[in-house]
Amino acid sequence: MSFERTQEKLKILADAAKYDVSCSSSGSKRSNKTKGLGDATGMGICHSYTEDGRCVSLLKILLTNYCIFDCAYCVTRKSNDIKRAAFQVQEVVDLTINFYRRNYIEGLFLSSGIFKSADYTMERLVAVAKKLRLEENFNGYIHLKSIPGASDELMKEAGLYADRLSVNIEIPTKEGLKLLAPEKNREDFLKPMIKVKNEIIQYKSEKNIIKSTPKFAPAGQSTQMIIGASGETDQQIMWTSNYFYKKFNLKRVYYSGYIPISYDSRLPQIGTEVPMLRENRLYQTDWLMRFYGFDVNEILNNDHQNLDLDVDPKLGWALRNLDQFPVDINKADKRMLARVPGLGMKSVYKIIEARRFRRLNWEHIQRMGVALNRAKYFLICESRDFERRDLTGIQLKSLILQNTQSKYRNSLGPQLNLFT
Amino acid sequence: MPITEETYLIYDGSFEGFLTCVFEVYNLKLAQPKIIRKSAFQESFFASNLEIRTDPDKAERVWNTIKKKTTLRGKSRLYYAFLSGKVEVENLLLNYIQYALKSTSPIDSNFSNPTVLTVSQIAKSVGREKHRMEAFVRFRLTQDNIYFATIEPDFDVLPLITKHFKSRYADQKWIIYDLSRNYGIYYNLQTVETITLELPSNFDPVHTSDEFFSPDEMEFQKLWQDYFKSTNIPSRKNLKLHIQHIPKRYWKYLSEKQV
Ligand code: SF4
Repeated sequence: MSFERTQEKLKILADAAKYDVSCSSSGSKRSNKTKGLGDATGMGICHSYTEDGRCVSLLKILLTNYCIFDCAYCVTRKSNDIKRAAFQVQEVVDLTINFYRRNYIEGLFLSSGIFKSADYTMERLVAVAKKLRLEENFNGYIHLKSIPGASDELMKEAGLYADRLSVNIEIPTKEGLKLLAPEKNREDFLKPMIKVKNEIIQYKSEKNIIKSTPKFAPAGQSTQMIIGASGETDQQIMWTSNYFYKKFNLKRVYYSGYIPISYDSRLPQIGTEVPMLRENRLYQTDWLMRFYGFDVNEILNNDHQNLDLDVDPKLGWALRNLDQFPVDINKADKRMLARVPGLGMKSVYKIIEARRFRRLNWEHIQRMGVALNRAKYFLICESRDFERRDLTGIQLKSLILQNTQSKYRNSLGPQLNLFT
Repeated sequence: MPITEETYLIYDGSFEGFLTCVFEVYNLKLAQPKIIRKSAFQESFFASNLEIRTDPDKAERVWNTIKKKTTLRGKSRLYYAFLSGKVEVENLLLNYIQYALKSTSPIDSNFSNPTVLTVSQIAKSVGREKHRMEAFVRFRLTQDNIYFATIEPDFDVLPLITKHFKSRYADQKWIIYDLSRNYGIYYNLQTVETITLELPSNFDPVHTSDEFFSPDEMEFQKLWQDYFKSTNIPSRKNLKLHIQHIPKRYWKYLSEKQV
């Protein structure tokens, strides 16, 4: 390996890959039984953190940043005047293995610009994973980005070696995609997703019959959407997301606030602020959908197309649905408790456990670690004191904002303060 | 007649040694026992001293009793808290054990009891550091083909991370060396053993000199540093969050932080 050359490539191809936000390395069950290298069981580990506070757990690079396409939102687009480079298959293998051996990373996240054709590119991505697994006996985590338009056979092979596959949908709406990536069509994104979904289903059914069925993408598939590049509403974004969760059994949808990278007039101009708070609100909404039993159209609908920036989506929903409150902490079911602003799922479980022994009052709840600054307006319990007088939604909101100002000020990246 | 004055039980600092002391507390019916490791002991005029020799059988008997009296969690909390090496942690744990043995049902989650609460808090911070070490150990390849890492954790976490590294790096020789406690764990492709090293006087644990490390080692570190730099997005910079994730005291041994 020529270090100098590799070093230059790595700079270029890591830089180009950094806009992909997925970094999770959990959810796989690939244990090291053969005295090989690596172990990807259960929870992933963040080995480092960038200066912007995102976790570094995988070597995240592009195989190449040559691309025959010209998607406006992408640094790798054909018309962008940047340095180009391409790794050889063996180079990526060597980097991964050597970083892994030094405990820098949990594994590899490999994506690519499209050179020559979708299949040609996908073949090379698969070759890297295959080499790592078969030649290096590597059991660490591998996430491959599927290339839109790649053939079913290649997708199937990819799933045999990778832990996770993803196709980035990038633009949440058809219209946006047409505007910013006119050469691409949505079907090309969906086709590989469908293939992977079906293979996973088939694997699960065969696994029960034939024990030796090779694992297929054990950590599932994910996708990413760029937020704020194409003028879509939060409703459009989250409805798309919901569709993906339901239709393709995706494990995760990632939201990535658009970072201006070009002077293209179709896009926010360079210097426009990255919509980090909006991104955070979308993650919170995603969380409410996946773990809190909210239906997406309860939070976003034709009457309410965008999330509030000043309050989190659960509080926003509660303020628009005051008729459903107050909730009796000693009687309400789990679903309704989970809807109380300020109550996280952990608190909900604790409450349900604890109230089997006694009727709970404010002190009990507080001692369990529930922060009442928001919740108290939406709850009644074993006590005569209730916070909620007959306040309107607007009055309540300003009252809560006064009391919790500082908390909202430091709402940061997607990995922080998701849980309310 | 039971002994009523304060008695110091002095032991070698090992967990087994500590358990042996617990055994003797019951065995000798000591009324005011104080367990203290040899390295921390200072002679006192008003107390009697007992040197306790570590006895694996006695230790095991105590441990088995504890196992019966606590939950899995309670048991591992006890061990984690012991590894904190905090001043007088032995006496706290002795209280915990005495309380557990006295009680008819497991006491591990009775957080209204100050001893139980303190033990769980200490165990939690040890657990946090265990996870951090699994993340922040940085191996460097030596000329003898051993992947070598030095660490200086606040707590004695080597026993807790052994399994993790053994299952992960099964096909390479490695050493993780705790410089502040002056011992390490060495995996020789078969088993993990405890070792102490006589480091050469000119050995610099932070910087990588080609005198000790493989010719490629520095190159890979450079690649990793470059990678670390390229993956940063300046327009999202948030140093406060960064430091919250990687406390500064760990930076010394992180290759990506050597510039
Ligand atoms: S096809 Fe992919 S890599 Fe190429 S320009 Fe479009 S988004 Fe970028």
